[in-house]
Amino acid sequence: MIYNKAVVIPVLIIFVALITFPFWKGGLPHKPAPKIAVQTDVKCVESAEWMRANHMKLLDEWRHSVVREQNREYTSTATGKVFNKSLVNTCLDCHSNKSEFCDSCHTYASVKLNCFGCHVNPEMLKE
Amino acid sequence: MKKERRDFIKQAGFVGAAVVTGGAAVVTSGILAPTTANASSGHEVTDSDQPRLGMVIDMTKCKEECNDCSDICHSVHNVPDHGNPKDEIKWIWKNEYERVFTDKSHQYVSQDLKQKPFLTMCNHCDDPPCVKVCPTNATFKRNDGIVQMDFHRCIGCRFCMAGCPYGSRSFNWIEPRPAIKEIDSSFPTRERGVVEKCNFCAELIDKGEKPACVTTCKEGALIFGDLNDPNSEIRKVLETTKTIQRKPGLGTKPSVFYVV
Repeated sequence: MIYNKAVVIPVLIIFVALITFPFWKGGLPHKPAPKIAVQTDVKCVESAEWMRANHMKLLDEWRHSVVREQNREYTSTATGKVFNKSLVNTCLDCHSNKSEFCDSCHTYASVKLNCFGCHVNPEMLKE
Repeated sequence: MKKERRDFIKQAGFVGAAVVTGGAAVVTSGILAPTTANASSGHEVTDSDQPRLGMVIDMTKCKEECNDCSDICHSVHNVPDHGNPKDEIKWIWKNEYERVFTDKSHQYVSQDLKQKPFLTMCNHCDDPPCVKVCPTNATFKRNDGIVQMDFHRCIGCRFCMAGCPYGSRSFNWIEPRPAIKEIDSSFPTRERGVVEKCNFCAELIDKGEKPACVTTCKEGALIFGDLNDPNSEIRKVLETTKTIQRKPGLGTKPSVFYVV
């Protein structure tokens, strides 16, 4: 038994219609994914696809092994080249455009980093 | 066999009492045993395969007006200068004899010693109290004896500052970056709310180099090396010269020694 059927049911229908609006209107509007500014001729420590998916894990592993295990060298599984495990001295050496390279994606994905609270972004020093 | 509730409780009581007295006996003997074994000073030299990095500060060579070591240290480690003692961040600094050697100073200490500024820094203790009190393991002892901070983990509780008997730790009360003269991007700065101290230039040690203060000192007043290697330069200096430590009675076993 539903009370006030005449009012409740039309209001419910309007409510459901409104909250499902984006779906029946033709899907959520897509904001175009950001383009990462890549410096082409530079070889990264790992392949671009792998880095895109795992860079956060790699950086976390690096900071732990450098600070706590005194292990500062990383051998690339892709090329076998040895790199210094360092965000500023290795990563930012090539990707010196932090605002275009890091921030464009992180802002899009609403990921807030605190790396650069301490680690120095060389871009910042130029200003 | 059916047990009465009353009997069960009685028996449980006896067993409980036996366990408690037995346990207490074990604990007491456990406490007593090391006390008798530690009757000696605890200052025996134990040579180990693992290095223990240390430093001798030769105050007879250290020049009063020279600040090369602290200048280079503070510039390579982005140490801020807030310009007032309350917010001061110290890695290597100078202090009076009576404040550095609180247990060796006395009324009639020579004017020479009284007026001389003594170099002080983290002692990188062999038994560091700051490491024991850190609740997040942000401060830890590396295999080579360096007492290192992992700034990523520091929550700014300042237990370590309370634990350190040498005042070697400083807290960032205010944002440090604006107070850094020239930021060296190869070393991170710190954020407001973390503790910092001398790291014996761990980043240089890992590259096989000596700390910046040691290589900068023109007078050769700072001797750095492995205390666990009987043939090292520092051990030879310790063997041939009269050296003292800061507050050795506390049992922290500092790795920094002084020639006064």
